[in-house]
Amino acid sequence: MLEIRNLHVSIAGKPILKGIDLSLRPGEVHAIMGPNGSGKSTLAQVLAGREGYEISAGSVRYLGRDLLPLPPEERARAGLFLAFQYPLEIPGVANAQLLRTALNGQRRARGEAEIDAFDFLEFVQDKLALLGMDESFLYRAVNEGFSGGEKKRNEILQMAVLAPRLAILDETDSGLDIDALHVVARGVNSLRSNERAILLVTHYQRLLNFIEPDRVHVLAGGRIVRSGGPGLALELEAKGYAWLADAQTVAQTVAEEASP
Amino acid sequence: MSNPDLQQQIEREYRWGFVTDIEQEPFPQGLDEAVIRRISAQKGEPAFLLEWRLKAYRHWLTLREPTWATVTHPPIDYQGIQYYAAPRSGNRPKSLAEVDPQLLATYEKLGIPLQEREALAGIAVDAVFDSVSVATTFKDKLETLGILFCSFSEAVREHPELVRQYLGSVVPYSDNYFACLNAAVFSDGSFVYVPKGVRCPMELSTYFRINASNTGQFERTLVIADVGASVSYLEGCTAPRRDENQLHAAVVELIALKDARIKYSTVQNWYPGDAEGQGGIYNFVTKRGDCRGERAHISWTQVETGSAITWKYPGCILRGDGSVGEFYSVALTHHRQQADTGSKMIHIGRDTRSTIVSKGISAGHGSNAYRGLVKVLAGAEGARNHTRCDSLLMGPDCAAHTYPYIEVKNPSARVEHEASASRIGEDQLFYLRSRGLGEEDAINLIVNGFCKEVFKELPMEFAVEAQKLLAVSLEGAVG
Repeated sequence: MLEIRNLHVSIAGKPILKGIDLSLRPGEVHAIMGPNGSGKSTLAQVLAGREGYEISAGSVRYLGRDLLPLPPEERARAGLFLAFQYPLEIPGVANAQLLRTALNGQRRARGEAEIDAFDFLEFVQDKLALLGMDESFLYRAVNEGFSGGEKKRNEILQMAVLAPRLAILDETDSGLDIDALHVVARGVNSLRSNERAILLVTHYQRLLNFIEPDRVHVLAGGRIVRSGGPGLALELEAKGYAWLADAQTVAQTVAEEASP
Repeated sequence: MSNPDLQQQIEREYRWGFVTDIEQEPFPQGLDEAVIRRISAQKGEPAFLLEWRLKAYRHWLTLREPTWATVTHPPIDYQGIQYYAAPRSGNRPKSLAEVDPQLLATYEKLGIPLQEREALAGIAVDAVFDSVSVATTFKDKLETLGILFCSFSEAVREHPELVRQYLGSVVPYSDNYFACLNAAVFSDGSFVYVPKGVRCPMELSTYFRINASNTGQFERTLVIADVGASVSYLEGCTAPRRDENQLHAAVVELIALKDARIKYSTVQNWYPGDAEGQGGIYNFVTKRGDCRGERAHISWTQVETGSAITWKYPGCILRGDGSVGEFYSVALTHHRQQADTGSKMIHIGRDTRSTIVSKGISAGHGSNAYRGLVKVLAGAEGARNHTRCDSLLMGPDCAAHTYPYIEVKNPSARVEHEASASRIGEDQLFYLRSRGLGEEDAINLIVNGFCKEVFKELPMEFAVEAQKLLAVSLEGAVG
């Protein structure tokens, strides 16, 4: 579903990602962990199509297509979703309006009929119930005056409505209390299926207690320094950053030795 | 881009830019007393009106064009303008059946059906083409309720006492340079009188169209709501694309007596000029309402997307105790458009309230200034004003200015002013695009959200129209 090969990305000449290889198959949940500044969010943003990054080498294939030349809206219409670390406020635009505009835009792109306001309301009420969210969410302006936790839950609501093929969650768990964490986990777990893949970008192991990943990757210094099963997250939690720092040093040493 | 696409794109830029080829009544260029006498004679006006025009003209000669607005334009040659233009079809038609079919076709093309059977249910229309009103729909039906809705010229002929009583009573001929010019040369416009206790059952609407070249349009609108009456009035305007600038200097006077209510909505879409600032209408307009009795209520709503330059400050004189004035505005400037617009609220009576909500959008090299005056006189015990003034900027070359003037002479008054300026951010756009919205849809969504408080004040059909108009006006604003 997603094939990242040797991806190099820099911002204003400064290398951030230095050769990422990653592949996700349908049905899989992968977690990418790592300290601040390791390049986790850059990876998430590049996959969603954020402009302003220089991609100096490598390739990304998504559902058999070359992902990188596509503008963000086409990626979204092809079923890619990014839950933002810092969701944006859109004053005056009701949540329901954005959700319906986005859903119908994607349905049109797939050649499906648009959904009318009544059917949409029914559809979205189911999603709200699933996530234990109040209907008043729909009528508030997008993220305006939302608490940090509400913004994150709103991202999960969008994800549930749009039902993406590939969902990328960028630190959706950070700053959440335990109830909100449950909501996020419920949203993600309800989406798990043989046809979908999920990439969790996270700083902490905590989220992985509720969503068990198939694979865990450790990103440090712009490279994946280790990959493993769910146990790797626990190991990381136990050993902390010192261990990562060592891994980073090792990775750099390996890279420097490998370069001519 | 393929050819049909390109054509479509050009048409979408300003699709009201066509010219109707219609024979004009000949009329000389330039301005002097003889021209004013001729306009007055053409319309068969009573002596009081000619006198008023001449007084205005003589006063105008002593005035100088104002320069305080944040707009720039080459000097206007007032002798190069033709002050009267009328389609040659003899006297004003008595019924729609007598209206020149080509004029009807023009309004059809503009989406304003004048045939009553096809007319939008619930909207009566007065259509002003260059200097004259060409058709008014649903007149008879309104008359059964005692509501007068007709062209200004007809009002002068049929109801001279009302015209004489109210004309210039809100905007005197000496008010300002452009209002004074209008008083001297105004040619037509709309007139509304709603009698005591009558609620007008349909929206009244005037549609202004400038067609002739080298012509100024100087219409005058007078709306009177008698004690306890209420009326909602809509105004729309377009003009052909032309390379030269054309002057539009209108005056609107609203009078609301005790417990009366007037809602005046404008969707202004005069030709804005091309992307380089060539051509377009100079829209220098004076609009003012007078809440003349207790608890009178006047509300202005405007969506301004057209004109090369807009200069207007619809205001309310809150004379009656407990009267209410409101102003809701969206002004958009794109390419080289300039707008200096806002409102004036003059609190005279006790417990008077006013609200100003102004939303300015600047894109391209557009310049947008909010200029507002809130004045509370000594007797206006308990007066309250709330002003909110937001600017939205798109791109690095546009400008937004805010000039609030507040004068308070009564210590019990409460006057609040809030202002904000924001830019449509890359982050916001990326957020919406990552949900599958194209760039233009994303911009439209953000802009509509920004204007929501104003759009919700518009009658439903107009709100939809206004949203579409903003979308078209903003095409190519980012990218």
